[in-house]
Amino acid sequence: MVLFASSVLLLLGFIYWATAGYMARQTDATIEAEITGLAEQYRRRGLQGLVIVITERMARNPNGASIYLFAASDYSPLAGNLSHWPQATKTDDGWLNFHLKKNLLDGKSHPARARPFLLRGGLHLLVGRDIYELKEIQELILSALSWGLAITLCLALIGGLMMSWSMVHRLEIINQTSRQIIMTGDLSRRIPTRGTGDDFDQLVDNLNTMLVQIEELMVGVQQISDNIAHDLRTPLTRLRNRLEQMRWQKPNIDQYHIQIEQSITEADQLLLTFNALLRIARIESGSHNSLQASVDLEILVRDASELYEALAEEKQQLITIDLETCPQIQGDRDLLFQALANLLDNAVKYTPEGGNINITLQHRHPKIEIIVADTGTGIPLEVREKVLQRFYRLETSRSTPGNGLGLSLVAAVTKLHHAQIKLENNTPTGLRVILVFSLNS
Amino acid sequence: MRLLVIEDDPEVGAYLVKGLKESGYTVDHSTDGKDGLFMATTENYDVILVDRMLPNVDGLTIIKTLRATNNKTPVLILSALAQVDDRVKGLRAGGDDYLTKPFAFSELLARLEALLRRVHQTAETETHFRVGDLEMDLLAHAIKRGDKVVDLQPREFRLLEYLMRHADQVVTRTMLLENVWDYHFDPQTNVIDVHISRLRRKIDKDFSKQLLHTVRGVGYILREAD
Repeated sequence: MVLFASSVLLLLGFIYWATAGYMARQTDATIEAEITGLAEQYRRRGLQGLVIVITERMARNPNGASIYLFAASDYSPLAGNLSHWPQATKTDDGWLNFHLKKNLLDGKSHPARARPFLLRGGLHLLVGRDIYELKEIQELILSALSWGLAITLCLALIGGLMMSWSMVHRLEIINQTSRQIIMTGDLSRRIPTRGTGDDFDQLVDNLNTMLVQIEELMVGVQQISDNIAHDLRTPLTRLRNRLEQMRWQKPNIDQYHIQIEQSITEADQLLLTFNALLRIARIESGSHNSLQASVDLEILVRDASELYEALAEEKQQLITIDLETCPQIQGDRDLLFQALANLLDNAVKYTPEGGNINITLQHRHPKIEIIVADTGTGIPLEVREKVLQRFYRLETSRSTPGNGLGLSLVAAVTKLHHAQIKLENNTPTGLRVILVFSLNS
Repeated sequence: MRLLVIEDDPEVGAYLVKGLKESGYTVDHSTDGKDGLFMATTENYDVILVDRMLPNVDGLTIIKTLRATNNKTPVLILSALAQVDDRVKGLRAGGDDYLTKPFAFSELLARLEALLRRVHQTAETETHFRVGDLEMDLLAHAIKRGDKVVDLQPREFRLLEYLMRHADQVVTRTMLLENVWDYHFDPQTNVIDVHISRLRRKIDKDFSKQLLHTVRGVGYILREAD
């Protein structure tokens, strides 16, 4: 407010200087010009000429706004409209400020300003102006400006108050909604916008976007815990039932061994699922320190295909590889291998006997693609997004072994490496999984 | 064989001590990092099993302190921290092997035996192995079963080499993945089994005596006796 007031003051001061000050300077300049003119007349036409000119000029301004006085060396008046040489001391810059005794029109005493000039031969010339009107105008401007200042400050104060009130009000709306969300945990609430697109609306939009993201995350977490509940509870129940059965059936030693063996296998499977879940969670929470090493994808693809070749052979499937030379990428070798292994595992699992699996590594600068294509059953278009989710399995019967976490893990690893995963149809049948790594990131 | 177990969880600690004692080891148990470190530095152990997160002094510090004082006792780290990073940190601190909790006791035993064996013989420089009538010559890169020459793929060769180096000892699937394939990962299916059965076809198929045995629920063992 102080800053605003002082800047307004500065602005008005400038206006005053530019208007009233200009008028005063203009008056001074006219007087100076007149003196120069009269001195010139005196030099050319002598005393007589000067008196004639002065008389003429006095006749041209009957109300006496212009002041002329031509005086002898002892300051006794020779010609002009002043009765005597004014009793006033010269200012530093050679001006005389005095008061005229009596104006011809209103009979008031008017302020005047004049400049004396010493002519050749010791004669004095005084040219001046009645500055009564000038002063009046200056005062008028000053008072107008003062009023202006007062009104501006008042308006600013009121405006400021109104603005801060509206700001407080809008902040209160945001606060209220946030409080409600915190209290009720209802993340579907949104903060209302005004639709003006101003800074506040942008803030509210950002907050709302954040709410949408939090809500999605919460739904995700909810889904995962539902999945965990379902997919871990089922085998746990199975395990428990088996143990309970053993208790009341009292089997012979051989059956007992078989039962225990099965229970351990069941527990191991549970642990595997659990570890896979944890692993995905860790990868997704993204500790990126593990991405420091350079990984040679060619070696990785070769090793993975070699590892799974034997498995494929059991189903009379053929794994072929097409490798292009490509630069190393920054990443986690074990995780990338895990991803590749999961893809190959799926390919072998879902491709019928005698099918083909092909791994291609290609370098399309600045991208590197790993494509795992099979001639299996493929994935219907409508569930492609879903297969990347945890525990999602195409077969509802769940007869094929697996925990429904394979592709989720692949997706998590890809995301960690800033890569993309694409699922496409393979022609004529089957699935193509494409991992696209970007060399820039 | 004398072991030191530094594990603060009473349940896991008791389970380890009981299991290891039943397997014929003499076991000392400490539930605290500080005491554990004291015992490790003052007594002579064949292997130290240490948990990573311990009260007072953590597992990694214990290992670092031991190594700094030139104590070369093999250390097996047991930890719930399973990320590759954690594993690398553990091994870099001077640990000899890293086992993630929860683990199967058989896996622990297998790794323990591998560690002890590594210390008690300088097997790395050995170039000739024999199990029954199966012979492997690393220098000539040749394998013979009786009089018959066995022809193996490079990976199968490494697989058999690892099994022969650890003959009469159970090796787990994870150990094979880590040492023969050199990747730390969890296969969804037992890919290793297929490789083993391939190898078995090549070395055991036409012979009456089987050398490569499956240990149910644990892994494999290469030995002459049944």
